[in-house]
Amino acid sequence: MKILVALKQVPARDSLFKVDAAGRWIDTADLSYEINEPDAYALESGLRLKEQHGGEVVALCAGPEGAASAIREALAKGADRAIHIQDDNLLAYDSLSLGRMLAAAARAEAPDLILTGLQSDDIGSGQTGVILAEVLGLPHATIIMDIEVHDGALRVKRELEDGWFQHVALPRPAVLTVQSGSSKLRYATLMGIKKAKTKEIKVVSAPELGVAPEAGAVLERLSLPERTKRTVLLEGTPEQQAAALVEKLKHEVRAL
Amino acid sequence: MSGILVVAELTAQGGLHKLSLETLAAAQAMDAPVSAVVFGQNAGEAAARLARYRLEKVFALDHELLAQYTADGATAALDWLIERVQPELVLFPHTYQARDYAPKLATRRGRVLVSDVIAIQKQAQAIVLRRQLFQGKLAGDYRPAPGMVFASLQAGAWRADALIPGETPIETLTPELAAAEIRQQPEAPFRESSREVDLSAAPLIVAVGRGIKEESNLELARELAGVLGAELAASRPVCDNGWLPMERQVGSSGQTVAPKLYLALGISGAIQHLVGMKGSQCIVAINKDPDAPIFEVADYGIVGDLFEVVPALIAEAAKAKS
Repeated sequence: MKILVALKQVPARDSLFKVDAAGRWIDTADLSYEINEPDAYALESGLRLKEQHGGEVVALCAGPEGAASAIREALAKGADRAIHIQDDNLLAYDSLSLGRMLAAAARAEAPDLILTGLQSDDIGSGQTGVILAEVLGLPHATIIMDIEVHDGALRVKRELEDGWFQHVALPRPAVLTVQSGSSKLRYATLMGIKKAKTKEIKVVSAPELGVAPEAGAVLERLSLPERTKRTVLLEGTPEQQAAALVEKLKHEVRAL
Repeated sequence: MSGILVVAELTAQGGLHKLSLETLAAAQAMDAPVSAVVFGQNAGEAAARLARYRLEKVFALDHELLAQYTADGATAALDWLIERVQPELVLFPHTYQARDYAPKLATRRGRVLVSDVIAIQKQAQAIVLRRQLFQGKLAGDYRPAPGMVFASLQAGAWRADALIPGETPIETLTPELAAAEIRQQPEAPFRESSREVDLSAAPLIVAVGRGIKEESNLELARELAGVLGAELAASRPVCDNGWLPMERQVGSSGQTVAPKLYLALGISGAIQHLVGMKGSQCIVAINKDPDAPIFEVADYGIVGDLFEVVPALIAEAAKAKS
């Protein structure tokens, strides 16, 4: 089974973000990056399926040159090879043209299964996998916790709201968006890191894939959110903060 | 192209998802005629409920192939209706279900969906849609290109009690669907645990998030909960790690709570968590990141290291109680 895992590199989760001078995007100086967490779970699911059923895991990543570190990490964890759609200006692409770009690269691979995270920690539109499926004409299922592979078909466990789940059967090939926490993430071993250096990374450009940027919705302005509520910040040493909070809890909230 | 089409959501039990009404309220607040659609088999009851509000029309898309929700069925049925109605704006509630089909529907129509929108601003002839980025730490204003606009709206961003009542005619339609185009075969929804803890009944909750760092540190939160007489809860990553059972998870995939006090320790406040607790009477957040979105909803905030603040808090609370 050939499994394609679409993954993205994003700024580390605990980054402190500043808006850039133009007010259009974040100031990227001093940021460290990581594999988007839900995509890391998609990769983990792909690696486990390969271990159970054999085959190949191909990592697909669109990003600037620096995204190569995310790709190397995926290879070190066990992906067999990778495709890097290298572009320094991916922000010019809306979610649809980005989906078309990934679809063009995926089509050439003709995978049996495409996995990706359910959303990204940066833009967070939560749409890439679904758009990819529609552009490729494939069936999809989202927010997946578990994947069973049967002859020519899949049975997946979808998460619904409010603690509900549902099993859904669908034919292969298909696109699945994987939920975080669906399995335990592995670490790259020293051997894996060594082996990754010999694995193939195919670099392509968006024009080579025949996709041009489109602006179906333009991000005009990025800003710090307005506070809807006035938070009373309790200042001082930890002891003073604790004493002030207990005072509030006792006399204003009446929770003590 | 004219008017707004609101896609309401039928729950598995045949009711109306409550976010549908918030989405309807958002549409009513705009200066344009609003219609609503609900799809399913025997969607009549939900359509009747929508018809109690002031709208142009309620469409009930009825088809045996829509008896159970599938992404393929929903997309085909709504695409069929949109082709007939030609709205200028299509609004969805940003539910798990809409996340499953709305991007597909927009893509089929060659359009971009702006998802998880928290505000809509009218500017001259155009609209600007605000949504959160970077886990709620920043807000982005999106201007959709001319043409049909698709947007899904975040839970809690509009108030359903602002809805204007009325009497709206219902039009029941049978969309053209073929069994072969529906590729997903869903089974009956189920719940995993019997939910022995009913967090929704707890008056006081101490909740922990990623900031707790290690399982052994949970003891600190447990001790605080003990002193306060509170139930212990958590955000999703803590339960995913198996540090607390899933039934103690608060958020869109867990329980929804509204206690007298919700004390959030090391919870950044991703929207999936906020929707489950922002109705609490008093929210206290302790977090090292002053820009954490949890402070957007907190009444009291302590910016600091929870491993320093919580021991002090345990001591103070014990003193106050004795």
